[in-house]
Amino acid sequence: MSMSATRIGAVIRKELSEFRRNRFILVTATILPIVFLISPTVTILAIKASTASTVLDRRVDTSLFLPLLIPVFVPALLSAYAVVGEREQGTLEPVLTTPVSAVEFLLGKATAIFMPAVGVAYLMFGVFVAITQIGAVPAVATAVLHAPQLPAALVFIPLLAGWAIWVGLAISARATDTRVSQQLSTLASLPPLAVAALFSFNVISPTFAVAAAFAGGLLVIDGLACFAVARVFDRERLITGTKPTSGSYRTRGA
Amino acid sequence: MSAVSGSSSSPTRPPESAPGAAAAIEVSHLTKVFGPRTAVADVSFTVARGEVFGFLGPNGAGKTTTVRMLGTLIAPTSGSAVVAGISLGPARAAEIRQHISIMPEAPGLYRRLTVTENLDFFARLYGLPRREQRIAEALAAVGLSDRAHDLTANLSKGLRQRAALARTLLNDPSVMFLDEPTSGLDPVAAHEVHGLIGTLRDRGVTIFLTTHRLDEAQRLCDRVAIMNTSLLTIGRPDELRQKLFNRSLAVTTVAPLARPDQVFAGLPGVQSWQTADQPADQSPARPAGQSAARPSDRSGGPAGPRPAGYVLTVSDPAQAAPAVTRALVAAGADVLSIAESQHSLEDVYLELIDDTEGRTR
Repeated sequence: MSMSATRIGAVIRKELSEFRRNRFILVTATILPIVFLISPTVTILAIKASTASTVLDRRVDTSLFLPLLIPVFVPALLSAYAVVGEREQGTLEPVLTTPVSAVEFLLGKATAIFMPAVGVAYLMFGVFVAITQIGAVPAVATAVLHAPQLPAALVFIPLLAGWAIWVGLAISARATDTRVSQQLSTLASLPPLAVAALFSFNVISPTFAVAAAFAGGLLVIDGLACFAVARVFDRERLITGTKPTSGSYRTRGA
Repeated sequence: MSAVSGSSSSPTRPPESAPGAAAAIEVSHLTKVFGPRTAVADVSFTVARGEVFGFLGPNGAGKTTTVRMLGTLIAPTSGSAVVAGISLGPARAAEIRQHISIMPEAPGLYRRLTVTENLDFFARLYGLPRREQRIAEALAAVGLSDRAHDLTANLSKGLRQRAALARTLLNDPSVMFLDEPTSGLDPVAAHEVHGLIGTLRDRGVTIFLTTHRLDEAQRLCDRVAIMNTSLLTIGRPDELRQKLFNRSLAVTTVAPLARPDQVFAGLPGVQSWQTADQPADQSPARPAGQSAARPSDRSGGPAGPRPAGYVLTVSDPAQAAPAVTRALVAAGADVLSIAESQHSLEDVYLELIDDTEGRTR
């Protein structure tokens, strides 16, 4: 049976409806980004015109890195709940009795998380840049606007979000407890962020080629991750909690 | 009374089937093992199209595991099955799911979505055309149209059960697996669900009904299977009663008979007798002349005779009843009633399950 856009769309639609009505998710998706925004904004606004250019550059680098946490932590928390949460509330079994395949189900889940997570991250970055342009001293505002991290962030936000989502979904598909899944997903989402941090703090020279290679690697991983996660999405394990026997319905994404 | 032995299939025995009807489900030597535990052992049976098939057994008997295997949720360890005309296996699992529906024991509804939103989600997963119309029809069928736009979190357990039942109707399945469909429903709602099951049967839908309510199974099911890891027996409820229990007459007299052995012995068609409150295998050994008085009489209960009951094992109740009546009248007994004993499906179930669990112990 071929992949169906209708079924993927059904999962996206259902997820977004649930997000809108879930206070925990709304709070996570709004408060957490605001918290990540406060520190860099205050840091930038506190820089005086007389600050040395090396100090200024370092503070701008640090400030532009922190908002990158938004597309990692928010989707990690949401995706960690996506499968194990359905299992705990008893809704997974009815869904798995329908013709929806593992790939369709996971793509729907991932897209539904990706859209608000990346949207909020861009929005927060926009707010950050707008506040700094209005409130910071002119030299600092110019430094923020012309920092190479700014266009890099635009590229890395969706890539980091994709990584966090697939890692979260993979863990969620194997976990038996939502809390464990969320903790593991948050931790497992950090490696690419660590690389981004090394760029931001100039530990790795942030040349265009290195950044492009890193972004390309993430893109490939994000693109293939759906099928890799579908391999660990096993109906039998999810329903019975036991290790599947040979010939299980994991194969062929069924 | 002797229990009929379990009829778990052997490799040489063909599956039990409903004669003269095309099969909706064919199960052959299905087995499921979880680690060291065998959940389902070598089960074979056939369910005809349009049949309401009851699947009974105690908790942990393997009923849900069997349904999950037939619903392509888990893979069998060995054995094979055909569901809705499609062979069970990973390659055609999605195709089977398109033609069946499963209602698990828990309703499994999204509590933050309305009833309609829940059904719309599933209608989209099935890729159904005319979704709004189908949803309206499904809700009307379970009497939930007026709660269509309520959040499922605000529904009672019974109404959630009905919403889950509506979900199983959406894709117009040819085979429906219903796990305790009337669990949590009030008698009126349960009656409506029974009516719905009857309507679905009339439309040719095969219903695979897992239930603990034996009265429900007896009333609704064309055939029932009783299992406890392996299949113990299968057949029409009345067949099972006849197969498992001897035919008998229940006789009640105003007062205990002085010499019941003299009254009942040698009557045509009467094989043995017993007092109503003693096990069958003790009755033939009852000494002549011993009263069939109730225990309460012996323990100083109220004075005066009390009605006494006797159960007569007979080859043919219609032939034996007149002879028994004549013998009682001739003995001067005042007869309150003579009737054929009716064993329920519950008696069959308890007999089989007690027997297998006794053997296990």
